[in-house]
Amino acid sequence: MTEQSVTVAGSPVGGEIVTGAAPQDGTPDSRVSVKPKNNRAWLLVLPVVVSVAFTAVIPLMTVVNFSVQDIFSPDDRIFVGLEWFRSVARDPEIRAAFVRTLLFSAQVLLLEIPLGVALAVAMPRRGVWVSVALVIVALPLLIPWNVVGTIWQIFARADIGLGGWTINNVLGIDFNYTLDSTDAWITVLIMDIWHWTPLVALLAYAGLRSIPDPYFQAAQIDGASAWSTFRHIQLPRLRGVLTIAILLRFMDSFMIYTEPFVVTGGGPGNATSFLSILLSKVAVGQFDLGPAGAFSLLYFLVVQIVSYVFFTVLTRSGR
Amino acid sequence: MALVLDGVRVRQRGETWLHDIHLELSSGMTTLVGPMAAGKTTLMRVVGGLLPPDAGRVVVNGKDVTAISVRKRSVAFVYQQFINYPSLSVYENIASPLRMARSFPKKDIDRRVREVAEIMGIGDLLDRRPAELSGGQQQRTAIARALARPVDVLLLDEPLANLDFKLREQLRSDLKNMFLDSPGVVLYSTADPAEALTFASPTVVLGEGRVLDVGDVADMYAQPPTLAVAATLSDPPLNLLPGVVREGRIECLGSSFPSPGAHASGRNVVLAVRPHQVTIQRSGAGVLEFPAEIRLAEVTGSSTFLHLLLVDGRHLVAQLPGPQLFTPGERAMAYVDPAHIFVFDEAGGRLLATSAAEVDLHG
Repeated sequence: MTEQSVTVAGSPVGGEIVTGAAPQDGTPDSRVSVKPKNNRAWLLVLPVVVSVAFTAVIPLMTVVNFSVQDIFSPDDRIFVGLEWFRSVARDPEIRAAFVRTLLFSAQVLLLEIPLGVALAVAMPRRGVWVSVALVIVALPLLIPWNVVGTIWQIFARADIGLGGWTINNVLGIDFNYTLDSTDAWITVLIMDIWHWTPLVALLAYAGLRSIPDPYFQAAQIDGASAWSTFRHIQLPRLRGVLTIAILLRFMDSFMIYTEPFVVTGGGPGNATSFLSILLSKVAVGQFDLGPAGAFSLLYFLVVQIVSYVFFTVLTRSGR
Repeated sequence: MALVLDGVRVRQRGETWLHDIHLELSSGMTTLVGPMAAGKTTLMRVVGGLLPPDAGRVVVNGKDVTAISVRKRSVAFVYQQFINYPSLSVYENIASPLRMARSFPKKDIDRRVREVAEIMGIGDLLDRRPAELSGGQQQRTAIARALARPVDVLLLDEPLANLDFKLREQLRSDLKNMFLDSPGVVLYSTADPAEALTFASPTVVLGEGRVLDVGDVADMYAQPPTLAVAATLSDPPLNLLPGVVREGRIECLGSSFPSPGAHASGRNVVLAVRPHQVTIQRSGAGVLEFPAEIRLAEVTGSSTFLHLLLVDGRHLVAQLPGPQLFTPGERAMAYVDPAHIFVFDEAGGRLLATSAAEVDLHG
């Protein structure tokens, strides 16, 4: 049997050596190719560069431009250096709004993340109820923001709103968000939870769905409780999506504007004056473009820094 | 220790996945071999209690456990994917089934974990997390998890399928030694006939949701009762050729050989021959000759798989020893000794005859 190779094998010398990977027809492929160099790639990137410059870089630079000048009219402007930054950073009203916004974001994260995860765990994994549950959960996300504000503005009113009326007349609690600061705060917070917990739930649900069934079966076979199944199988798998959920919810709640603007207009007093509401007052209301520019840049910087810290901490933990 | 499946039937999404399975398994290892979608995993899930059968009973040690929930059964399961708790160390992973089992004495946990980790060769990895391990080590951890708690039924569902070649070979021999004389029932499923033949344990061949054969795997390999069993146990795949019985001989593509059994003339048959029984050198008188054209030669190192195109457009694969060089497009002659041909009837795929010259694996 060993001399077999000689008989039908043909002439190995000069003949094509064919192995499994080679083309069947035996055409020799050109192994060495010289790549012609050209700059065509730049042409392909150009539309992106132009549109990003047009929509993001140039407007941002305009804001930077405003922030270092005192502008009386388009022809009459004075360079003031970091003066506006100093005054914005020292402004007690802005500082109070900053603390208020930070507190709001912290409460949003502490409530929406666990609630969203709980909702996702409770949602059915398969069957006809999956689509029903998805639609119901996703519903608040489909409503325009100012409509959400309007819904809650009416819903929470003590006189004609179902929610407000129920709290006052059925539960017997004195509740009026137009007069009481705490009531206004709670109204805006619950509205945000109602509006945005579904986003966390959907993200978490997607993460949970990606866990293969055998993990749950293995836990069942071990006799693991629902809590240990969550703790040791589901939660570790959710780290990625929760990182995204926390970042999104932080950035969004820290920049919240529309809904409180519609519901409370920042009041009563300053109770729900978040940074964005204050900023729009300075920029659009008073047309103080210099301070508003400095305010915007500091605002932007804070969002960037906090998001960076969250991202670093969340992606490093558990490694 | 014994496991009995009595008329187990499973229907899912309008399809029957298991057709009235009757099986009796005793303690020690049983290999369940079958191609993809044969129902191996379904059968294992029924035995484990993860999937309630639509009909039939599962009896362990004389006790009907069909309706008992998986949490209360004495089973362990090893999956094709490497299933471990990602947030726990290897030590905690192995310990977790012991901690959950209330009957297991707490003071023995540490000793038992170290014992099985040592058996599985992961004794020095106990502090690592699963993500820090190689695939082979992850699967060793998963098997250790399953071994830790003494159970009536241990199920291994293609545990080596996702491992690369070398790790598979190594773990295969470890598992053979470990499970062959296990006090409980060990059911090991695989799609790889080489695994079934290596384990040489009692074997169940499964195909399309039915038990095709039960018995000694070497006997089944030498004398496959049906074409399906022969195909399941042959890797590389069988060569199939059409034949007709004519006056005591079987004709096939212009060659003929004496029919090993008496069959009616004009009967269509299927001839099956394993690639390693096809040669390109005449080995003696009476062999079948097939003129062919060389299409492709795959060199794997220890063998060369020569793909031949026969005159009627059929393909024939010859497994030749060692690396050999061929020129595609050249003519060649393929030879098959009739002694190595299995003759199956065309309709039912049952074995009609073989000259039974296959090497006796027991010898």
